Amino acid sequence: MSVQTDEAPPGVRSTPRREQPGGEPHGRGGVRSRGGLPYLLLLPALAVTALLLGWPLVMNGMLSFQKLNMTQLIQHVTEWTGTDNYSDTLGSEDFWRVTLRSVLFTVVNVVLIMLGGTLVGLLLARLGTRMRLLLSVGLVLAWAMPPIAGTTVYQWLFAQRFGVVNWVLDAAGFHSMADFNWTGGQLSTFFVISLLIVWTSVPFVAINLYAATTIIPRELYEAAALDGASARQSFTTVTLPFLKPFLLVTTFLEVIWIFKAFAHIFAINEGGPDRLTETLPVYAFVEGVGNQHYGMGAAISVLTILILLALMSYYLRIALKQEEDEQ
Amino acid sequence: MKRLLNRRRRQRLRAGLWPNATALVLFAGFVFPVYWMFNTALKPNSQITTEEPVWFPSSPTLEHFATAVRAEHFWSLVRNSVTVTLVAVGLALLIALFSAFALARMRFRGRKGVILTFMIAQMAPWEVMVIAIYMTVRDADMLNSLVPLTLFYTVMVLPLTILMLRGYVAAVPKELEESAMVDGCGRTQAFRKVIFPLLAPGLMATSLFGFITAWNEFPMVLILNKDPGAQTLPLWLSKFQTAFGDDWGATMAAASLFALPILLLFLYLQRKVVSGLTAGAVKG
Repeated sequence: MSVQTDEAPPGVRSTPRREQPGGEPHGRGGVRSRGGLPYLLLLPALAVTALLLGWPLVMNGMLSFQKLNMTQLIQHVTEWTGTDNYSDTLGSEDFWRVTLRSVLFTVVNVVLIMLGGTLVGLLLARLGTRMRLLLSVGLVLAWAMPPIAGTTVYQWLFAQRFGVVNWVLDAAGFHSMADFNWTGGQLSTFFVISLLIVWTSVPFVAINLYAATTIIPRELYEAAALDGASARQSFTTVTLPFLKPFLLVTTFLEVIWIFKAFAHIFAINEGGPDRLTETLPVYAFVEGVGNQHYGMGAAISVLTILILLALMSYYLRIALKQEEDEQ
Repeated sequence: MKRLLNRRRRQRLRAGLWPNATALVLFAGFVFPVYWMFNTALKPNSQITTEEPVWFPSSPTLEHFATAVRAEHFWSLVRNSVTVTLVAVGLALLIALFSAFALARMRFRGRKGVILTFMIAQMAPWEVMVIAIYMTVRDADMLNSLVPLTLFYTVMVLPLTILMLRGYVAAVPKELEESAMVDGCGRTQAFRKVIFPLLAPGLMATSLFGFITAWNEFPMVLILNKDPGAQTLPLWLSKFQTAFGDDWGATMAAASLFALPILLLFLYLQRKVVSGLTAGAVKG
């Protein structure tokens, strides 16, 4: 039940799926292909991706240059407005406030997830077989919880009346919390959302980090011990350097995932109270669909996608570099 | 000698105490929300709305599950969710198989670019694209239909399916295929008779991820299928509490019904979950 190690996480994997050592490189193998066959095989996948992912992206761009409110929507008219949506968005205080909020939200959550995940993962590596199994079952359950089931359960845990969290706080002596309305304020709502996101994201980091530690060669620790290294020294000189590529890539993945998180935030309180917990994806949705300013919503989403693209290109650079290093 | 051993053991025990205690606390923390969901779903109302929480359901009941199941449209929503998920995963597997084979077994110009394309597509910010998707589907006059939902879910899970399957195809020794071809099989035949059976476990693991993604998807169905009978389970669940007031027992029963298949799948396939997710998410 514990973690498989022959396909370990990124960066540190011994790449069983690539060319086998000693085997022939691909190009000179018997299955070398000429002509259009590979392109033919790739055609369906590329075609549906272009049609159903590429086209909406283009559409998103086009919508962002249109005035598309309720009237235009109903009458099916296209009203181009140039860059009005962008200048409106970039000129509005709201957009910058939401952007700053998204950045803070991402930073706080990613730091918590990476710290928590790393600590739990290192703990997993130290435990005996039975305790490790127990903890990993707990982690997998939290990880597997569907987002919307998670939000529903957290709403119940933090319910104002009969919620178990308020009861525990009251019993612990914080009597003012007995009837606390968690979704009534900005910070407390964010607290619930972040706890939910951290709870459901830590297992991914922890379990994969543990998997990464299992492929660190034992001899390295033995050599470090022979050289008289303390536990801490062998951690910084052996464990950390091995985990660094994994940590780097995972941090970036988490940044991307948290930055575009929608379901958790929206389902807890729909960006409320008073739109105070809207992050960029929720903001785009509420502006576009909720307030029926579809063109504005599209412009906000284009700006969000641009930020994500910048993050992704950095991530892809690291990931590709690691893949090349392995070869 | 014996005493020394005993002392060692005691030291080791003490050294093992802290990690184990921490692990127990963490286990409790991670499991509690899931436990509380099932716990509440199984308790009679008299044990839910109490001043002091009832930690163990002493007199379990299925009445909340009955309420959830009897909710309007429940069975058509189950059918919607299952249909959309299975068709999307099936389509994605079929399409991905061709691509995975090409990417794993053939060298051609642009191969790296194609892999990169799928790596990028896998991170596509679908959550942020819902407005454009809404307009596209509306222009095609297909709101409240399962067809666009299924097709978008197919594309949503396709990149990961391709990237994962590529690994599984590459793991099948090429010699097997070659010897089959030497023995007179055509390439298609060699694929069908030699590679495909060996791929079955990989197909299983890969489809698991597509299954989870499609089963859980929320933002798109939120905007596309507002019709109560055309929704899927996540959307229904997100509105359940509003529809049923503060009937937390029934809400938790609904959440349990929705989450249970995924929880079981994850526990059952934990090993593959771990290796597969990293392989797909990060590598390619």
